[in-house]
Amino acid sequence: MTTYYSKEHEWIRVEGDIGVVGITKYAADKLGDVVYAELPATGKAAEKDGVIAVVESVKAASEVYAPVNGEVTEANDALADAPEKVNEDPEGEGWFFKMSLADSGELSGLMDEAAYKEFIAGLD
Amino acid sequence: MTEADELLHTPLYDLHVEHGARIVPFAGYAMPVQYADGILAEHRWTREKAGLFDVSHMGQARLRGDDPAGALETLTPGDIKGVGAGQQRYTLLMNDEGGVNDDLMVSRPDDDGLFLVVNASEKASDIAYMRERLGPGYEVEQINGRALLALQGPSAHAVMERIGANVTDMIFMQSRHASIAGFDCIVSRSGYTGEDGFEISVASNEADGLARALLADDDVRPIGLGARDSLRLEAGLCLYGHDIDRTTSPVEASLLWAVAKRRREEGGFPGHERVMREIADGPTRKRVGFEMPGRLPAREGAIVFDPEFPDTNIGVVTSGGFAPSVNAPIGMAYVTPRTSSAGQPVEIEIRGRRHAAEIAKTPFTPHRYRRA
Repeated sequence: MTTYYSKEHEWIRVEGDIGVVGITKYAADKLGDVVYAELPATGKAAEKDGVIAVVESVKAASEVYAPVNGEVTEANDALADAPEKVNEDPEGEGWFFKMSLADSGELSGLMDEAAYKEFIAGLD
Repeated sequence: MTEADELLHTPLYDLHVEHGARIVPFAGYAMPVQYADGILAEHRWTREKAGLFDVSHMGQARLRGDDPAGALETLTPGDIKGVGAGQQRYTLLMNDEGGVNDDLMVSRPDDDGLFLVVNASEKASDIAYMRERLGPGYEVEQINGRALLALQGPSAHAVMERIGANVTDMIFMQSRHASIAGFDCIVSRSGYTGEDGFEISVASNEADGLARALLADDDVRPIGLGARDSLRLEAGLCLYGHDIDRTTSPVEASLLWAVAKRRREEGGFPGHERVMREIADGPTRKRVGFEMPGRLPAREGAIVFDPEFPDTNIGVVTSGGFAPSVNAPIGMAYVTPRTSSAGQPVEIEIRGRRHAAEIAKTPFTPHRYRRA
């Protein structure tokens, strides 16, 4: 089980054939209090770097991008009543959706945890 | 304005950083949008206890000359002559097209002309406009050496009592000089949250000391611009440049209460003809509040539709967001007068999809001013 990170601050944790996707703690902290997450329907095609979800904080709406190509297999319905999970546990209970992977080779284009930490350290 | 080092700092900048503020550019200033607790917690704290806001970016000015109230009435529709010693009033700086150049507070805390507080983004243009229109007989001084703090919330009164400030007898929209924690201030009992509270003008070099004295009270926490916006939206108060601007008339903006009866009859302010025409015939658009079920907020710029005539755009959202104390998305919009009554169902388009909303009375949370 490995977690990969995108430059747009999504994470994808690969569990067998399925990737669980969310936004990173760095992104959640930057957004501030999340009040709503607009999640994709099951079966929706996820296009790498395409907008797949929208997260609304008190301040503004922000787009969430699919880190790889595939198809949405499940959305985290718990966020409808408890969007604060995105802030409280962004890389756990605050996950957004699960997806199948069209080509697991695409994962190698993402960052591992160490590389992502270095990436965000260079942003502030 | 993109480089952080070009931004102006208020006298409380170091205090903001010390409290873990996230600093953003706003009207040319580096301002705290939130502190470590976040916007929701800061919003709720202000409704339950007391929040301290740095609004030093706003413009402070003095208008001096022969009958300054009469002079200001040539640019505003308010009863400025009726602002007695120690009183404050909300008014509008009008343009010749009947639009609003700015909204402002005018007060008489002393005998030194009129004391004005205007929006940060408009302060330079307001002062230039007043100087040009009032002419050389009047002095419009931009006060650069003073900070402005706001203490807002149900505990504000008790905080002032505990600190020994002689302001607790003041009621809503009064203004005067007072000493707070040993600092000479100009204090008004007003604000931008819908709560009881005070706005405090103090010399820049004393602002940090005053802020720290107020923050020493357990009921007071620093609050950023993010919560300031959600608080004022729930209170139904206009944000200049969004809910009112140079094209919106006071009638369209549902601010007719700021056009004094005497001024309607007498006129003598820019745009009087348009205001009277719109009072008689009705405006073509009207500012309203709206509420939405669920949690998805409609933001500024979202288009409003009438579900009965779904092809017809009936208006646009000018402010919108999730309201922490209402626990629902709310906002303000300009819509056609036909669809402006409270309870009117409308639809608002967000990212290509239409969502149900309802025109609502404002304020969304009751004002809790100290009126007596």
